Amino acid sequence: MKLQSQALPSSEVFQTNRAAHLDALAEIQAAADRAIAGGGEKARDRHISRGKMLPRERVANLLDPGSPFLEIGATAAHGLYDGAAPAAGIVAGIGLVNGVQVMVLCNDATVKGGTYYPMSVKKHLRAQEIAEENRLPCIYLVDSGGANLPNQDEVFPDRDHFGRIFYNQARMSAAGIAQIAVVMGSCTAGGAYVPAMSDVTIIVRDQGTIFLAGPPLVKAATGEVVTAEDLGGGDVHTRLSGVADYLAEDDAHALALARRAVGGLNLSQITHASLQSPEPPAYDPEEILGVVPGDLRTPYDIREVIARLVDGSRFDEFKPRYGETLVTGFAHVEGIPVGIVANNGVLFSEAAQKGAHFIELCSQRRIPLVFLQNITGFMVGRKYENEGIARHGAKMVTAVATTSVPKITMLVGGSFGAGNYGMAGRAYQPRFLWSWPNSRISVMGGAQAAGVLATVRRDAIERSGGTWSEQEESDFKQPTIDMFERQSHPLYASARLWDDGIVDPRKSRAVLALSLRAALNAPVPETRFGVFRM
Amino acid sequence: MFNTLLIANRGEIACRVIETARAMGLRCVAVHSDVDAGAKHVAMADMSVCIGGASPAESYLRGDAIIAAALATGAQAIHPGYGFLSENPEFVDAVDAAGLVFVGPGAAAIRAMGLKDAAKRLMAEAGVPVVPGYHGTEQDAGFLAEQAEGIGYPVLIKAVAGGGGKGMRLVERAADFAQGLASAQAEARGAFGNPAVLIEKFVTAPRHIEVQVFGDGTRAVHLFERDCSLQRRHQKVIEEAPAPGMTAPMRAAMGAAAVRAAEAIGYKGAGTVEFIVDGSEGLRPDGFWFMEMNTRLQVEHPVTEAITGVDLVEWQLRVASGEPLPCAQDDLTITGHAFEARLYAEDVPSGFLPATGRLSELAFPGDVRADSGVRAGDVISPHYDPMIAKLIVHGPTRDIALRKLARGLAGTRVAGTVTNLAFLGALARHGGFARGEVDTGLIGRDLDQLVGGAELPARRVAQAAIAAAGLWDGGPVQAGFTLWAPLQRTVLLERGDDALSAVIQAHGPGCIDVTVDDTRIRAQRDGTGWRIDGQPAPGLFVDGAQITIFEDGGQVFRIVDPLARAAAAGASGNLIEAPMPGRVVSVFAAAGQAVRAGDRLAVLEAMKMEHTLTAARDGVVAELLVTEGAQVEAGAALIRLEEEDPAP
Repeated sequence: MKLQSQALPSSEVFQTNRAAHLDALAEIQAAADRAIAGGGEKARDRHISRGKMLPRERVANLLDPGSPFLEIGATAAHGLYDGAAPAAGIVAGIGLVNGVQVMVLCNDATVKGGTYYPMSVKKHLRAQEIAEENRLPCIYLVDSGGANLPNQDEVFPDRDHFGRIFYNQARMSAAGIAQIAVVMGSCTAGGAYVPAMSDVTIIVRDQGTIFLAGPPLVKAATGEVVTAEDLGGGDVHTRLSGVADYLAEDDAHALALARRAVGGLNLSQITHASLQSPEPPAYDPEEILGVVPGDLRTPYDIREVIARLVDGSRFDEFKPRYGETLVTGFAHVEGIPVGIVANNGVLFSEAAQKGAHFIELCSQRRIPLVFLQNITGFMVGRKYENEGIARHGAKMVTAVATTSVPKITMLVGGSFGAGNYGMAGRAYQPRFLWSWPNSRISVMGGAQAAGVLATVRRDAIERSGGTWSEQEESDFKQPTIDMFERQSHPLYASARLWDDGIVDPRKSRAVLALSLRAALNAPVPETRFGVFRM
Repeated sequence: MFNTLLIANRGEIACRVIETARAMGLRCVAVHSDVDAGAKHVAMADMSVCIGGASPAESYLRGDAIIAAALATGAQAIHPGYGFLSENPEFVDAVDAAGLVFVGPGAAAIRAMGLKDAAKRLMAEAGVPVVPGYHGTEQDAGFLAEQAEGIGYPVLIKAVAGGGGKGMRLVERAADFAQGLASAQAEARGAFGNPAVLIEKFVTAPRHIEVQVFGDGTRAVHLFERDCSLQRRHQKVIEEAPAPGMTAPMRAAMGAAAVRAAEAIGYKGAGTVEFIVDGSEGLRPDGFWFMEMNTRLQVEHPVTEAITGVDLVEWQLRVASGEPLPCAQDDLTITGHAFEARLYAEDVPSGFLPATGRLSELAFPGDVRADSGVRAGDVISPHYDPMIAKLIVHGPTRDIALRKLARGLAGTRVAGTVTNLAFLGALARHGGFARGEVDTGLIGRDLDQLVGGAELPARRVAQAAIAAAGLWDGGPVQAGFTLWAPLQRTVLLERGDDALSAVIQAHGPGCIDVTVDDTRIRAQRDGTGWRIDGQPAPGLFVDGAQITIFEDGGQVFRIVDPLARAAAAGASGNLIEAPMPGRVVSVFAAAGQAVRAGDRLAVLEAMKMEHTLTAARDGVVAELLVTEGAQVEAGAALIRLEEEDPAP
């Protein structure tokens, strides 16, 4: 059934909304531009003068011409480490090599020699996790000095730290997910294991080096004086040590060899989904900026967004008359069938039950789920607690947590409280989680949090016979409000890899399509749900 | 009339004949060589017979096999086309003897015109003007030199049995005569088995104007003239009708002379009387001389068809079946102007060398007549004439027809071989040619300008880069998608010996920026196709690694494979090392010796096997690190080459 939009592009409210989104987008674009610039002009010039391609050039020349590139963590580490690690020093994302979707991880040696900050490790592991869940071959374009030593305590020891990279490589290789390394610069110490643990390794002559300890450490340890090239250069590793398999003449040659290696993987896309011919939405995705209010507190009909995301704006809505604050239904995105779960207000018991029901349907039919998250939480109050809203909410959370179908979550507005859980927040391991620039994420709204803290404080003051003026209360609340405001911002969230990246709302359809296409690479096992509290 | 016709030819003329014969309700039999089994003329015919091997002597020149094929297939008539057996009187006799109809003149007429000196005598007797010259049988060098002196320099020495420029020499002064004569005779002997030559006055601003005649054995008519002055080394390139600057009195005089020539030998069928015309002072009725008569249908006959509305093949078939001339001289008129350009597979910049190749693409614009014997996918082989097609255009005036020719050439798409298309295009745009200032020396004089490669605009490189990237006809789903900044990819191309590089940045499936030499060019696709820099882009064809852009006669680019580089492993190593422990049995190299990649340098005996160690690259032996008989460890350095100069 084709959705009918009520929006008027010529209206003032449409234009006001659009202006607000464009402001928010400009802020993100500026942050992305800083990340893309890497370690700055001087470092880039030095890098180029060595005959090396810049990291994004490497990625582009690895991928098929014109390949889409779904970047992961584009603004990771934004505002962290005093801005020392743009994009966390790694370019990561999904693109096509010989028509096959692959995960590319490319160190940016212009950023502190490509060393790993804590967020670099997190980003690397997240990219590997995506590759593993979606069975994407991994190509590591290595140019890294290893762990960032001043941050070693947050990089080396813990479970999800540096060692996990190689654990993942071994596990993915065991699962038949190809691991290919191209050594295009340093590959020192722990980093040496990236090529060593790969199925196939290519190294660039007179440029790539692999060793457990570099010449300075060797000299310190044993007194042996040796050049980097003789210690672990491309010639040594392809001729003597066998650590690398192919010797490339330069970056371009190395990337061509990597492309050939992917061509030899003998992969064929398994498709369990019944695909249709793609069809653009009847409503221009560009209009999303006008139909979604700039202010999160202004309610709107989420179907206006759905109409601008799905093929032909056709949406087979399920249970439209029941639990109306949750919109559920079937559609196609670029020909791929999806079940959409979208918020249209606060979650009530009926909406939560409907959501659980719909997730069961999609699980049975192996249809991927798309969550459009704009949720302030589950309804509160005596009536709702007494009718067992926690029980109904738990059903939805159980369904979300235990379904085997791929989940893709897009934060299109607020992501607050338990609503985040029921709508496949990060903890519920969606295959991908994307945020819009206008989205906000926190355990509750800043004002509510400040109110809770103020109430507790006032109670304590008044219990001990004191008084608390309005002004004092307001002054007390402001820092909390400010903190929430700062921490719920998508740049703050994305910097910490709470999501996979911020997305221009107008590109949501393409992002969903590419995410879904990636998800189609992995088979969908039978779903076994947990106990639903009835 | 006969009902089955055998066409004793191949290529475009066979196809041309079949078209008319088919339109006249005839069954058509094709003959072909082994390699032509899949050729277009075979596909067009109702039946076909293989008559032998690839070389013409084994097939298309085998009269016996062709006659046998006609008899076997029930064909009652044989059309010889042009070339091959079309002017071979013995073949005509054999066809007659077999009780078949030869579509063309009788053997006697062919013989009469076959030897050029005799033909000229005959014509002179019939009152047709001939070029001053010696056409006798005396071949003594001294005698011929005297004759040349009498005719007056410059003179042309021509093989009596010649054609196609073979055995022909221009001699400008007496001192050079002996040498010119010797080489003309030698070439004539080689090409025709007959060293006899004739000598003619050389006309300094000569034009080649020929008259189409048609006879029924007694009477003849002419179908006006064709100007074939645009020649390169006596090979016609562009022909036209009528001749520029032709006057009514001159046309009448030439036509009458041509008809006299035809009637003098009882000519039957289509023939062409070639004249040399002195164009130095305009066309005058006393300024033309008989050159030779071609007793067959000419390659350039379509221009005559275009201006007269006559289908010459139809006339040939009707007259051959015994009908009288289809119309009288007064019924024939000229309408408009026509050009024909001959499209060849040839390498123009390398001196018009014949080329070969598979035509991956071949298409002509709709408003030209394209007579072609090949289709897209066919091969231009070294066995036969490398002509791809003839493009014929017709318009109410010469100007209009010439513009149509230029447009028709520009709209022609050929890929898979080099062609003279750009050269033809340059000729069609030549200012002097446009003004009708034609003579047989035009091409030679302006050759550099005509073959100078067209300038390569950056937008063309951009177009090739998009095609090389596989984005011209599609590309991946969500092409060019990125979240915050487009990716830039380098594409490497070659054009001739030039390496080209372009950086492409896709913004979406139909929107690409290409940077060529610091110039950024926007390419966008809409419902009508690609626009580059705002201009509609010419068509292109990608065949493997080769891209042909159909502009300026075809711009050809090659996609560079980044993997096509020297095998890395050890190719530049300075050291020859022992692959395993063993004993050095022999050493072949000495210090200071230059070696080439693959040269044997030493033999190592190990594990009961002898291992030959070869040079991995060209170089000079710097030192020997072992002697014969030495026992060495695996990896031991045996021979060191001198350090290689870094590549420039």
